[in-house]
Amino acid sequence: MDMSVYREITHNGIWKQNTGLVQILGLCPILAISTNVVNAVSLGLATILVMAISNLAVAALRNFIPYEIRIPIFILIIAALVTVIDLLFNAYLHSLYLVLGIFIPLIVTNCIVLARVEAFAAKNGAVASTVDGIAMGVGLVLVLAVLGAMRELIGSGTLFAGIEMVIPGLEGLQILPAGYPGFLLAILPPGAFILLGCLIAGKNWLDARKARRAKVPSAPPVAAPAQA
Amino acid sequence: MTGRSITVVSLRTGIVLVTFTVIFTALMALAHRATKDVIDASAEEEKMKLVNEVLPAAEYDNALLADHIGLPPVEPLGLDEPSQVFRARRNGKPVALVFEAVAPDGYSGRIRLLIAMRASGEVVGVRVSQHKETPGLGDYIDIRKDRNKARPWITQFDGARYDESERAKWRVKKDGGRFDQVTGATISARAVTNAVGRALAFAAENREKLFGLPSGSKL
Repeated sequence: MDMSVYREITHNGIWKQNTGLVQILGLCPILAISTNVVNAVSLGLATILVMAISNLAVAALRNFIPYEIRIPIFILIIAALVTVIDLLFNAYLHSLYLVLGIFIPLIVTNCIVLARVEAFAAKNGAVASTVDGIAMGVGLVLVLAVLGAMRELIGSGTLFAGIEMVIPGLEGLQILPAGYPGFLLAILPPGAFILLGCLIAGKNWLDARKARRAKVPSAPPVAAPAQA
Repeated sequence: MTGRSITVVSLRTGIVLVTFTVIFTALMALAHRATKDVIDASAEEEKMKLVNEVLPAAEYDNALLADHIGLPPVEPLGLDEPSQVFRARRNGKPVALVFEAVAPDGYSGRIRLLIAMRASGEVVGVRVSQHKETPGLGDYIDIRKDRNKARPWITQFDGARYDESERAKWRVKKDGGRFDQVTGATISARAVTNAVGRALAFAAENREKLFGLPSGSKL
């Protein structure tokens, strides 16, 4: 395969088929964790790791998996790999585990992992599938980071609070005055829905503007498959 | 398709599923076995670190983790498994008790607490050792996640004393008590506050026995 294929995969993962903004998959962790930047990005990084490894494993084993029972086997592979990653993190990267630990089991519930395994890894080679897992993960991290930053800034007036647990020595920033009373709605799940909606609208607007400038009739907005 | 070939296909599919299950279960079992010792060791280390947070090491001179008595599952502590009470002494005299308690009614499940109580019944310190409260909202009960670094929420128990006659005061302010809560996440604060109160009442009531019994015995 030549480079343009990988460029296509990367573009798909980060922009065109972005998991958070276009596929709207994996809302459960997105809404639960994106209360601040550090938590959001931490979950995103753990997701990249799980997606890359499960895509790699499924792509490598795809010729041994009968079509009729592929879903239970995919779930088995993903759950087993997440368990192993969880144990290895706990044992050998313990300080990182204390931060990411609660997020790793959560990833099993993220349907984006199963979705990519089914839609991509089951039909493509191991290398391309790994790249797809990473690109989809990076796209998710970007959305999580922006959403986390907006919620943290509006909700509590800080940015990067809690970063000292990930990178010792750094400190979170107090952006708004220390007396900022906080805006609870942004921290609560409804705030996540509202801000995610704004992000999706923003992306659609950018795409529509680009389409207009290219003087191609703008495609009607595609209804995204709703999924929790 | 004849009946026979359907049977063959089903059998083959079943065998593939079983094979995958066996391989990946073995993978998990191996990983569990390879990491168990390291994980246990760091859990023990974490425990000692946490004990040092609720009770400064300078306060006592005995081997704290070696001086303990066993507790059956006790209802006031919220524990449904046997636990241990550790006893801190200085020059042989009782200084403090260190024990675990559980708040069963957190916003998302149980909140595990470690409490150190002086022989006089006063709280030395309380820490949350395990919880699943909402990140960024209810997790301020964990001192590391508390944004108020100058006076973290959990430290308001330091020096507090449980008094039976003031039972009604041992609550969060929203319930008419004396302890603060963070607006929007009262449930977490309420669960911890009530659990600490119940645990202190239990420990104070059984103080004589908890200090007096020989190490290694059971209550």
